[in-house]
Amino acid sequence: MHLKYESTLREPLVDGVKDYHQVTEDIISPIEAKPGKLWYVGFFISLMLLAFGAFSVTWEVYYGTGVWNLNKTIGWGWDITNFVWWVGIGHAGTLISAILLLFRQGWRTGVNRAAEAMTIFAVMCAGQFPIFHMGRVWMAFFVLPYPNTRGPLWVNFNSPLLWDVFAISTYFTVSLLFWYSGLIPDFATVRDRAKTKLRKLLYGVASFGWTGSTKHWQRHEALSLVLAGLSTPLVLSVHTIVSFDFATSVIPGWHTTIFPPYFVAGAIFSGFAMVQTLLIIVRKILGLEDYITLGHMEAMNKVIVLTGSVVGCAYLTELFMAWYAAVPYEFDTFYKYRAAGPLGWSYWIMMTCNVITPQVFWFSKMRRNVAVTFVMSIIVNIGMWFERFVIICTSLYRDYLPSSWSYYRPSWPEVGFYMGTFGLFFTCFFLFAKYFPVIAVAEIKSVLKTSGESFKKGMEQYEQQSAEEFEAGLHHDDDHHHDAHGAVAHAHHN
Amino acid sequence: MAVKNFVVASFSDEAVLFPAVKKVRTAGYKLHDVYTPFPVHGLDHAMGLRETSLHTAGFIYGITGTTTALSCMSWVFNSDWPMNIGGKPHFPLPAFIPITFELTVLFSAVGMVLTFCYLCQLAPFVKKHIFNPRQTDDKFVMAIEVTAKTNAEELKRFLAGVGGEDVNEQRVESGWWFGRFDREDRLFETKVEAVNA
Repeated sequence: MHLKYESTLREPLVDGVKDYHQVTEDIISPIEAKPGKLWYVGFFISLMLLAFGAFSVTWEVYYGTGVWNLNKTIGWGWDITNFVWWVGIGHAGTLISAILLLFRQGWRTGVNRAAEAMTIFAVMCAGQFPIFHMGRVWMAFFVLPYPNTRGPLWVNFNSPLLWDVFAISTYFTVSLLFWYSGLIPDFATVRDRAKTKLRKLLYGVASFGWTGSTKHWQRHEALSLVLAGLSTPLVLSVHTIVSFDFATSVIPGWHTTIFPPYFVAGAIFSGFAMVQTLLIIVRKILGLEDYITLGHMEAMNKVIVLTGSVVGCAYLTELFMAWYAAVPYEFDTFYKYRAAGPLGWSYWIMMTCNVITPQVFWFSKMRRNVAVTFVMSIIVNIGMWFERFVIICTSLYRDYLPSSWSYYRPSWPEVGFYMGTFGLFFTCFFLFAKYFPVIAVAEIKSVLKTSGESFKKGMEQYEQQSAEEFEAGLHHDDDHHHDAHGAVAHAHHN
Repeated sequence: MAVKNFVVASFSDEAVLFPAVKKVRTAGYKLHDVYTPFPVHGLDHAMGLRETSLHTAGFIYGITGTTTALSCMSWVFNSDWPMNIGGKPHFPLPAFIPITFELTVLFSAVGMVLTFCYLCQLAPFVKKHIFNPRQTDDKFVMAIEVTAKTNAEELKRFLAGVGGEDVNEQRVESGWWFGRFDREDRLFETKVEAVNA
């Protein structure tokens, strides 16, 4: 017998007095209402950014990558910086939905849906950069291994850049499947309460004819668990492979074995920051403060301070190794061209934003403060952008030959491209927030009777009892379900 | 599938649903299905459903991915177009690991989702009868098939007795068909029904 009981010492995951219907009502009704003015304004700005991005990219494709300020010394600039940055952001969703599912972290249910959506949109943005960096983008399919008339000339399976192709596309596919399989039951909920014909049609198609049959739920649970199990090593592998793009080369500052764990920690760090940025806005606009509680934000801030400190340790380890290894090139890269030199300012922005400022989250008051969290989430993402910029540009701009030393600042198509991916990301996110259940309705319902505030109140009398009394009580009223909330009665029958 | 008669009852609380399922099974009625708005743990056991073997399918798809990746890459590097890349060996197993791992995960995930959709008969434009529109909201809806041996009236009283609310009888298609949720007609009419008419 599985006892469904959770200590009242644990903070409720759902605030307020709610039953199942109220949960549906709270989460689905924003989909049925007309979007507010703020939504239209935000959506319009995103579309404009997207349009400008499309223009910048078209410009680049038409005139060639020469319109970017890359040169023979700095072959990777904003494009790969932005690629790594977006991929990193795309790690929080799968981390929340997969790793926290395996670790049985109940709080993930409130935030996983939006975080997974964010993952998918971020990976979409990330993918644009390596593709358009190819220059002749119409040849992009050359990266795929397929029998061709050029030999057949195959791709190089030894190359980390090819591993990236496989890693990113697999990650995108698996995240999408995981996300959509979770959405199917919730789409069915929207469908069955739809009042308009169009909504019934569209959500009917999207819900794949889901009925909520017990057998289907059993398979759905098995599917979610295995997908979580698969996604856990996957999410770690993706940023590991991204770090191999650098670590397997022989450029000072890149050629280190610390890169995989350091990149993964950084990815989680920036991903959680982006989740915070988005969810603080979403919970406010859609009025979902009961579901995305301060407790959720605190939990994520704990992850941020942990991973931020891991990243900080990695920075210090790099500095130590650069000195201890006694390789002059390595030493110069870190001490002369990163921490000092013409691009030294970027290193100190990175240090401040990623290592120093997140330390405020050691204080519970700060972790539970919405304004502080919001500002911090943006600072962290600025810091993480600079981390990638520092890794890429400050390793490249001082070459082995002083005659090829260079400096780098982006041209307008590079900046436009980056802004365009913001446009893509937020256009998708605005559509998601309007037309999709932003919180996993079915999952919230399944934790409501153990972790909802009103049900926890009903458990207080049992918390006072000793274990023996509780045990005796269980046998005594085995067939009576007099408890008003059904919390204990519920416990008997599982 | 076929058009059948069902007696349908809904329940508001899992605590009432579980004993009701037990009693329905002991009484020997043909329990068609229980529809719930979220996965109710233990309900599959209470209904006597067997465990799903979806995990096993996932494992088989996974090793298919592993084999595909390893065999394709080594065929390309050793037999189809052996190339000297910086003097590296033609079977560099460590360098094959990332792609092998990715394909294992990809095959397993895609295969499992497709199998899941096939087993549950889920696809766009698939339509099934919804016994109670609140079964995806807050009600646990139990459908019992009325067979030749079942006395429908007695069954209705029985269900009301075990705590079922809103007990009613429905004559509906028990399988799936291609249709839209905003319209009653089917996308493809089957000829069988025309012959029967």
